[in-house]
Amino acid sequence: MDELIGPFLSALVDQPFLRTALLAGLLASVGCGVIGTFVVVKRIAFLAGGIAHSVLGGMGAALYFGLDPLLGALAAAVVSALIIGSVRLAWGAQEDTLIGAIWAIGMAVGILFIAKTPGYSTDLMSFLFGNILLVAPRDLWLMAVLDLALVVTVALFYRQFLAVSFDEEHARLRGVPVGLFYLVLLCLVAVTVVLLIQVVGLILVIALLTLPAAIAGHYLHSLGGIMLIATLLGAGFTSGGLALSFTPDLPAGPAMILLAGACYVISAVVSGLLRGYRARRLAQPSLGTP
Amino acid sequence: MQAGAPPVIRIEGLSFSFGLAPVLQDIDLQVSQGEFVGLVGPNAGGKSTLLKLILGLLRPQSGRIQVLGTSPQEARRRVGYVPQYPSFQRDFPISAEQVVLMGRLGLSPALGWYRRADREAAHRALGEVEAKDLARRRIGTLSGGQLQRVLLARALVGEPEILILDEPTANIDQRVEGEIFDLLAALNARLTILVVSHDIAFISGYVNRVACLNRTLVCHRTKAINGDLVHQLYGESVRSVAHRH
Repeated sequence: MDELIGPFLSALVDQPFLRTALLAGLLASVGCGVIGTFVVVKRIAFLAGGIAHSVLGGMGAALYFGLDPLLGALAAAVVSALIIGSVRLAWGAQEDTLIGAIWAIGMAVGILFIAKTPGYSTDLMSFLFGNILLVAPRDLWLMAVLDLALVVTVALFYRQFLAVSFDEEHARLRGVPVGLFYLVLLCLVAVTVVLLIQVVGLILVIALLTLPAAIAGHYLHSLGGIMLIATLLGAGFTSGGLALSFTPDLPAGPAMILLAGACYVISAVVSGLLRGYRARRLAQPSLGTP
Repeated sequence: MQAGAPPVIRIEGLSFSFGLAPVLQDIDLQVSQGEFVGLVGPNAGGKSTLLKLILGLLRPQSGRIQVLGTSPQEARRRVGYVPQYPSFQRDFPISAEQVVLMGRLGLSPALGWYRRADREAAHRALGEVEAKDLARRRIGTLSGGQLQRVLLARALVGEPEILILDEPTANIDQRVEGEIFDLLAALNARLTILVVSHDIAFISGYVNRVACLNRTLVCHRTKAINGDLVHQLYGESVRSVAHRH
């Protein structure tokens, strides 16, 4: 382990770009913990995946017109979230078909723009799979501002987001503007997607958005607790993936996802065994007391 | 029921259909303050639809509904509702107490966390339905009867004037069914109650009045319920079975 992590730690001291990458991972983990928890409990992972992929349209358009791709990504993510959310609120059904359409249309638009962008061809791979080592120090500021916006919004309206995630009908009967909070929640998902795209790219986003919260959900039964632990797990996966990929010179994004995926599989098995063990103990109460 | 008390629910000439299928036709119903009304009828007779109209979750295509002297949407927060099927995932990571607290939404300020008064009200409501010991339990670990008590506490914690329940005992055994209805009878001292059931024989021991709904609505005092009425409502194939446990 030492020969794997040692060079990473000494490079962390010498190389500013590596420190920037580490910070980017930590900033992204806030979004993946807080908003990822809503994505998991409200079961909107497919919706989040649709938003993530449609972002390529915005990035491509921004490149073509000479703007910052990150701003294009943010705009595309929010627009997709609002389209999917409003159609579901207005018509109810067929949400999955619509998500599939937005997913593919966004990517198609993005690829056309990138193909027609003058100058040398942009690295499509870094959009799709991310390159945390290319995060610029000024991007950290944008990420920090997005994090702050997420956390403040969720903290102020925690009860409403909880109610809308748990039981929309009851929330509506209690006078909560369910449509508004649902759309805001989807916009928060969009912002988180953009945060995470910096780190792992738009194809792998969905794993960082769901796996930390799903692992925390194996053991914890309160939303706040899951958010906290998912944030810490997210920080562990991004930093751990970065460290593990450094010495063998592997791409960092896939290393993070594989680390998260391995932990998820292990956790699913362990928590399943634990549940079975507890159920058997409960079924035989006389065994424990001779 | 007090004579001359103003109606808390007033429905006039109400019709509703889903697409081309008429569900409710020309319904008139008045519920006075303090009444305990049972709404019975066969499956797909429109009972749940009528409740959703009274709650303002659906809008009538014709006719008028007034609740507590205003529109159903306006009156919503003063009405407690216990649904037939919980409209949430049972594996959601949330405790019974947190579920009950959601009944306080709309009473406390919009920003921030629940106040001390909200927690005290949740504690009282759980006590009232004899479910204090369930407060910390995860919602997914509750039995059908326990969940029903928690949902009743969620409806009560908002300090409603009317309590509306849709088949509150559909998924629980007969003994617990009796306990829940005894609880409702006690609550009737301060609340108007409208309860949907498919079991006319059982609820007639508790309610003042039965409204029979099968697309159209007919009201009966509880004393007048007999075999003829059951036949008229459900058709010839139903036999009434007298039973005591």
